[in-house]
Amino acid sequence: MEFSEHIKTANVEDVVLRQPLHPPSRGTLCITGHHLLFSDREEGSSRQLLLLLRNIDAVEKRISGSSGTITIKCKDMRVLHLDIPGMEQCLNIAHSIETLSCLDGVAAMYPFFYRPSDLSLQNQWGLSSTEKYYSQMKELHNRWRLSSVNRDYSVCPSYPPAVIIPQNTDDDMLKKVAKFRQGGRFPALCYYHRKNGMVILRSSQPLTGANRKRCREDEHLLQAVIDGSDKGYIIDTRSSQQAQQARMTGGGFESKSSYSHWKRLHRQMERGKALQESLIKLVEACGDESHNMDRWLSKLENSKWLSHVQTALSTAGLLAECVERDGHSVLVHGSEGTDSTLLISTLAQLIMDPCCRTLEGFLALLEREWVQAGHPFQQRCAHFAYSHARLQQESPVFLLMLDCVWQLWRQFPLALGFSEALLLRLATEAYASDYGTFLCNSHQERCALGVTENTHCLFQALLRPTERDYYSNPLYEPTELAIWPSVHPQSLQLWRGFFLRWTQQARQLEEAQEEIRNMVIEWGKMALS
Amino acid sequence: MEHIRTPKVENVRLLDRSSGQRKASTGTLYLSATHTIFVENNPETRKETWVLHSMVNSVERPPTIPAGSQLILHCKDFRVYQILIPQERDCLDVHTSLVRLSRPEKYSELYCLSFNPNVNKEDREESWNFIDLMTDYKRMGVPNNLWVATAANSEYRVCDTYPSELFVPKSATPAIIVGSSRFRSRGRFPALSYFHQDTLAAVCRCSQPLSGFSGRCQEDEMMLQAVMKSNPGSDFIYVVDTRPKLNAMANRAAGKGYENEDHYTNIKLQFIGIENIHVMRSSQQKIIDVGEMRSPSMTDFLWGLENSGWLKHIKAILDAGVFIARAVADEGVSVLVHCSDGWDRTAQACSVASILLNPFYRTIKGLMVLIERDWVSFGHKFSHRYAHLDGDPKEVSPVIDQFLECVWQLSEQFPCAFEFNERFLVAIHTHVYSCHFGTFLGNCQKERRDMRLRERSHSVWPQLWKDRAEYTNPLYKAELSQTQGVLRPNTTPYCFKMWKGLYNHMEKSTPPRQSPADFLSAVREESQQLEEELTNHQEVPPGGTAHHHLGSRQEDSSPDREANHVGADQGSEEDD
Repeated sequence: MEFSEHIKTANVEDVVLRQPLHPPSRGTLCITGHHLLFSDREEGSSRQLLLLLRNIDAVEKRISGSSGTITIKCKDMRVLHLDIPGMEQCLNIAHSIETLSCLDGVAAMYPFFYRPSDLSLQNQWGLSSTEKYYSQMKELHNRWRLSSVNRDYSVCPSYPPAVIIPQNTDDDMLKKVAKFRQGGRFPALCYYHRKNGMVILRSSQPLTGANRKRCREDEHLLQAVIDGSDKGYIIDTRSSQQAQQARMTGGGFESKSSYSHWKRLHRQMERGKALQESLIKLVEACGDESHNMDRWLSKLENSKWLSHVQTALSTAGLLAECVERDGHSVLVHGSEGTDSTLLISTLAQLIMDPCCRTLEGFLALLEREWVQAGHPFQQRCAHFAYSHARLQQESPVFLLMLDCVWQLWRQFPLALGFSEALLLRLATEAYASDYGTFLCNSHQERCALGVTENTHCLFQALLRPTERDYYSNPLYEPTELAIWPSVHPQSLQLWRGFFLRWTQQARQLEEAQEEIRNMVIEWGKMALS
Repeated sequence: MEHIRTPKVENVRLLDRSSGQRKASTGTLYLSATHTIFVENNPETRKETWVLHSMVNSVERPPTIPAGSQLILHCKDFRVYQILIPQERDCLDVHTSLVRLSRPEKYSELYCLSFNPNVNKEDREESWNFIDLMTDYKRMGVPNNLWVATAANSEYRVCDTYPSELFVPKSATPAIIVGSSRFRSRGRFPALSYFHQDTLAAVCRCSQPLSGFSGRCQEDEMMLQAVMKSNPGSDFIYVVDTRPKLNAMANRAAGKGYENEDHYTNIKLQFIGIENIHVMRSSQQKIIDVGEMRSPSMTDFLWGLENSGWLKHIKAILDAGVFIARAVADEGVSVLVHCSDGWDRTAQACSVASILLNPFYRTIKGLMVLIERDWVSFGHKFSHRYAHLDGDPKEVSPVIDQFLECVWQLSEQFPCAFEFNERFLVAIHTHVYSCHFGTFLGNCQKERRDMRLRERSHSVWPQLWKDRAEYTNPLYKAELSQTQGVLRPNTTPYCFKMWKGLYNHMEKSTPPRQSPADFLSAVREESQQLEEELTNHQEVPPGGTAHHHLGSRQEDSSPDREANHVGADQGSEEDD
């Protein structure tokens, strides 16, 4: 496919760009297959704006007389205005942006064209894998094994090729268990708690259906998990009513009678469309410039976003409590097992495991729990909160996770090895990126398209020496202790760094962060001298 | 001691609800003339809890439960203590004593006057000279050829709630001052609060005019004219009435009101809409209740916050300050601020404006000076507002709480702009209520003089200054852009948050290891020591020590740049 067929006007002179935190500037606008480029004409001040078209969520055009204004709302919450002379040019530009910003074909996306000079495609892709995790966890080896039953993705299309399962469960059994779980997502290990040998597993819902179907192999697998201990917990991220209703559509839950050693705990977490609508409402509230306090507070409440943050953190806290305090293994699932399941298992690991709190550790965690575990990024992050397109599979679960991590970061400013800047960067990259990391919906899809061979890896790029400092927390002091977050409403705050990132206030907070960094660097230097 | 029937009760259980404590501790309760003291039985900790009687806002006695009789102490610093006493009789005695002791009837019962520490006379007098307002006026360039000191109010003859030393426009004669004061509520005529040297515009304050529906006063009109003339750069002044317009209009029926623009030439009247002390009192009670909710959902919390109206009021006060600061700094126009009596909302608006206009007031010493000037000297009624003595509950209102909160909200928005931290603001808040020191006693300067407070008590400021290391914001740096010049805050509603540090002490129970500010303070202290050592070592010529900070504002810290810096900063490896 040629991009040029979508570009009728590639260059326009004398365009005025208005963007937050900058004075308006006049210059040349240029549209390419993947970018919108604006360069300032003023002498001496070569200001440029290079915007990935994929980053554009909505385009609005207003024509008046012989000129027009295009308003661009980005997935990173930036809102830009372009005043373009010439009606036809304006319409052409708007049309190009509209089309090119949401092209479907993954292979035509920018990561396949991005070739920075300091990165080589020969570099290692990714930080972690199930195999690597397994080989590092020697303690696992006598009771758990690495299975390659999914090597051709035929057992579970959304799982990676390698999975960790109980030693005494063979691959044939696994195939049967997979048939009993939605999307084939059978229970597999995602975390081993070194302190007490307990584990977290994740899966999708069992397909018990209306007539309470059972699966001996599934029951056997779970029994093998808790072998030797009295019981395990199942955290179901749906209310018990929702779980009951799911039986009508073929889904269901693990009944007490069939899984007598497992105790189910239901925690209702919002998902899918409702979560997307929550984000839309919050973003709308943050854009409201009217000076009415009551209106702001009621819109903030009405968006329910902070309630979702609270629920996610408290459910993750519950999970961590089961493992760390009660000393039991836990299976987590909702329905599909690709969204809220990943959200709380990620957060729980951050709460309990110091290894996940370093910069590398956190990125590796995200890679295992989201990228490899099959969070459908392409569907979930197709649009942000401005788009006029009809909602399909969009849902900001990943963003909600980052928000929750930010809350942890704010409550434990010394315990996490990464900076707020990292969370902001990840929030942007998940929606539009130069890198291949968040492309596609599963390992299988990425493999088919040759993502690892033909694109660069974001996580590797973030760990380059030039970037590393910026994404590290200068105040980091590792602690072995679990970091239990407070989920009291007063302890949770709007993530200003993200939701108000294009305001002056965010700049001042950034300045403070930079000041902290400088102080610590100065101190380090002096301590050395 | 006459009010204490049972000075000691054993086997009492105490729960400090506000610190997030979950289990009550058992111990002995003592009542002294000044404090309630609880000593834990646990021989390892023997933790003591001291509660000053004057910090107790109310003593609640819920119904007796099988385990004993309960008392709940609600303190003025929003701490809540739950006490369980085995015997009902003891509980009744303690209750009766505490109710009486927490509501002193005479100033002489207050801690700062009843408790006499062993300090010599010089130290005490010295403590009162620590903050000198005349130095502050001099610092802002007053007196000058526009503003002069007036002796009109010496011996408090013209206005008994004003300070004796005041600055007025040069052209305001004693006759104009006296005439104007007769036309103003409680004689509070227009006087200088702050002079902005950069634009020569000034912030003045007064009370509402006694205009009724049609009254006018030539001297008062001349007074406002004089204020305008004292600013060569502008041909009008703003009169900021901080009240909602409706309230101001209603006051006309009582012979008061606001300036009629037909009678005063060259004024622009601006209403801001800060609510009165009664609205604020009940609003604060609602936000305290929000803070005390046991396990609210996010919805409960946000509804409670909205329903309290508290942040709306804080925003209104900040908006008043922003309006004044813009007029003075950007337009170069002088502003005359008033409300009804000119001692509550006026004090808030003027002092917020000073904070925004001048970086000095964002320092530890500067905030002390500002409070001493706009609040203490200008007759803010501390003893009435903060219920130092048992009195009319309708006089009580959290006026200075709101000012301190405005400063806190600003410091959240500009983390590097203030020399002090949140703890300093909370400490001031506590002292306003505690009567530990004489500074905030009484309702005006005259009252304090009549009480001979300078001879009988101490000023709080030297004490706070002594502890300034604890109150310093490690991020404050005089050379940062957000520190300098006029502060231009964003007052969009999303910039405001509930001040958890004041209303909920839970946060304070998080491990101190997790406080970036403490960490940085330690880092800074260590850096300074190292720097000193380095300086002594190298014998750098004077002025050569600051290069560490000035040279280090690098955008990225790529390893090679850092290497350069290490080399440049060390300077002399051979020394080591």
